[in-house]
Amino acid sequence: MAVALLTIAPLAMVHNVRFQGADNAARDLIGAINPGYRPWLSQVWVPPSAEVEGLLFTLQAVLGALLVGYFFGVCKARSDKEKEI
Amino acid sequence: MHIAEGFLPVGHAVGWTAVSMPFFAHGIYRLRCVLRRYPNSRLLLATSAAFIFVLSALKLPSITGSSSHPTGVGLGTVLFGPSVMAPLGTMVLLFQALLLAHGGLTTLGANAFSMAIAGPCVASWVFGVSRKCRASLMVAAFLAGTMGDWATYLTTAAQLALAFPDAAGGFAGSFVKFGSVFAITQIPLAIVEGLVTALVVDLLISYSRPELVELSFIKEPPDEELADCNGSRSPDHCAPCHGP
Repeated sequence: MAVALLTIAPLAMVHNVRFQGADNAARDLIGAINPGYRPWLSQVWVPPSAEVEGLLFTLQAVLGALLVGYFFGVCKARSDKEKEI
Repeated sequence: MHIAEGFLPVGHAVGWTAVSMPFFAHGIYRLRCVLRRYPNSRLLLATSAAFIFVLSALKLPSITGSSSHPTGVGLGTVLFGPSVMAPLGTMVLLFQALLLAHGGLTTLGANAFSMAIAGPCVASWVFGVSRKCRASLMVAAFLAGTMGDWATYLTTAAQLALAFPDAAGGFAGSFVKFGSVFAITQIPLAIVEGLVTALVVDLLISYSRPELVELSFIKEPPDEELADCNGSRSPDHCAPCHGP
């Protein structure tokens, strides 16, 4: 409950902002502090669009969640079996 | 907390990589020890890694109007210790650097230091201290998750401040600026991470006793006490709270 509240509350409380990533904010701040700095290497590969990036992030979360769910499934089955005996 | 590819000067990138290497190597060694010593907890170890995967994929909005993500290293830290988290966290960071354009190969050392080394160390310390102060496992796990997450972002702010000192305020001035980007945004998210970590620990205590006992995370109550639990007393009473 508290988790959902803490996540949703900012969306309701703060308006007119885009909830941009803090990583990007830091990148902008580097530009502000040291305007002459140029990154000396760019990303090896960048997802072609925000949609594809979203897909890959979802994939990451799904793979993780699948394993976590599997683990608790195994544990649940085991404790049910113990109860039967 | 991902420092983007190429956004650390060469010297800093190399330096942080050099600093992280020994931790990584020690982590691999520890990982092998854990796998050998606790063969029944392999799936739990994989689950701790999966927990990092899930949490670090979730970008959550925060009150400052920007989004950031939890780290997920707190759970594995309290179960398996901080050193094991170095390779596990680095693995996730590598995945994100190569496939998601988050972080980078040159900044992998710095990012691994903040998320997979500094965060877990702080989490482990906080967990130890809270357990000494007789906090319950849930409370200790909450504090460890929260502080580990927050420490990660403070470390990133310090790394960036070192690389980009403010013209007027130097390192301190720059640290305040980067800190205001990361640390404040992260407060609610760190609390979320702490709550989720405590929730999972609670689930583990209910469903995964054998593994936790093997890891001496909890102690198995003696049989008489178990018998008592089947009686009128509440099950809570019998939940053992002796830490490692």
